[in-house]
Amino acid sequence: MLILSCPYCGVACDETELQPGGEAHLTRFGPDASDADFEGYLFRRKNPRGVHFERWRHAYGCGKWFHAARHTVTLEVFGTYPAQVTEPPPDILDAIAAKVPGWEPSS
Amino acid sequence: MSDPVTALDGQSITGQITIADAGPTGMVTLRANFASATVMTGLVDVGLVVPDANQIASGDGTTTLWMSPDEVMILCDYDDAEAQAQSLGDALASAHALAINVSDARCVFRLTGQGGAIRDVLAKLSPADLRPSALPVGMVRRTRLAQVPVAFWFSSDTDATLICFRSVGGYVFDLLSKVSEPGSAVGYFG
Repeated sequence: MLILSCPYCGVACDETELQPGGEAHLTRFGPDASDADFEGYLFRRKNPRGVHFERWRHAYGCGKWFHAARHTVTLEVFGTYPAQVTEPPPDILDAIAAKVPGWEPSS
Repeated sequence: MSDPVTALDGQSITGQITIADAGPTGMVTLRANFASATVMTGLVDVGLVVPDANQIASGDGTTTLWMSPDEVMILCDYDDAEAQAQSLGDALASAHALAINVSDARCVFRLTGQGGAIRDVLAKLSPADLRPSALPVGMVRRTRLAQVPVAFWFSSDTDATLICFRSVGGYVFDLLSKVSEPGSAVGYFG
């Protein structure tokens, strides 16, 4: 069972109280983008075996969107952080680097 | 003027705990940016204390529940709700805020029981951490009860209140009645 702490209200939420929102930190390609960029934005997900950055919504609680960093093999949660960012905060990256040797943030 | 009628119309049932319709309750929801000085000045004028995250603030005949970083719900007498919403709206007229009377949108349950029976019953249906250390008296928890969203809080160890949307009031009453049937006690919380 996945338990994530909502960074807005601090509640330790069960997975079933949350709504999943897919991969975080996507660059949105809008109307003037090329077909390849738009396809990548819509469909191409990294889905690595390992560290994921994800969007979640605290649907049964405060209703806010937030981000979570977790490992899909060990199921370890590295941390959660508010959604008003375009890249993971340094403390989350440090926590991942400490636990997953050799891991590099992909661009 | 017609009389207010709750979804449960005064039903109650006693199993391991007593589940009762709390009757018509005034509820005013307020959405605003509580970090804004304009909003906070307006709220001081009407005497509303905004509780800390996940907490409850009690005032003059009212209880204020923290719902989210930009939302609180004020519980009051049913007849006072309209005036309460109006006075909040007037006080925050110059801010980007919304106060509205939602008294008939939700169903309020009063749960009473001895020992840890209330926590045991709620824990059967909700993924929330119901240990007294995680959900002490005076803290509100918005969560899920089986398939529907609810919020509950403890006023004392033997007395709790639960709110859900009116449309699922019957469902929540049936759920709670079923899991509090005598003979199905878990006894985890004593």
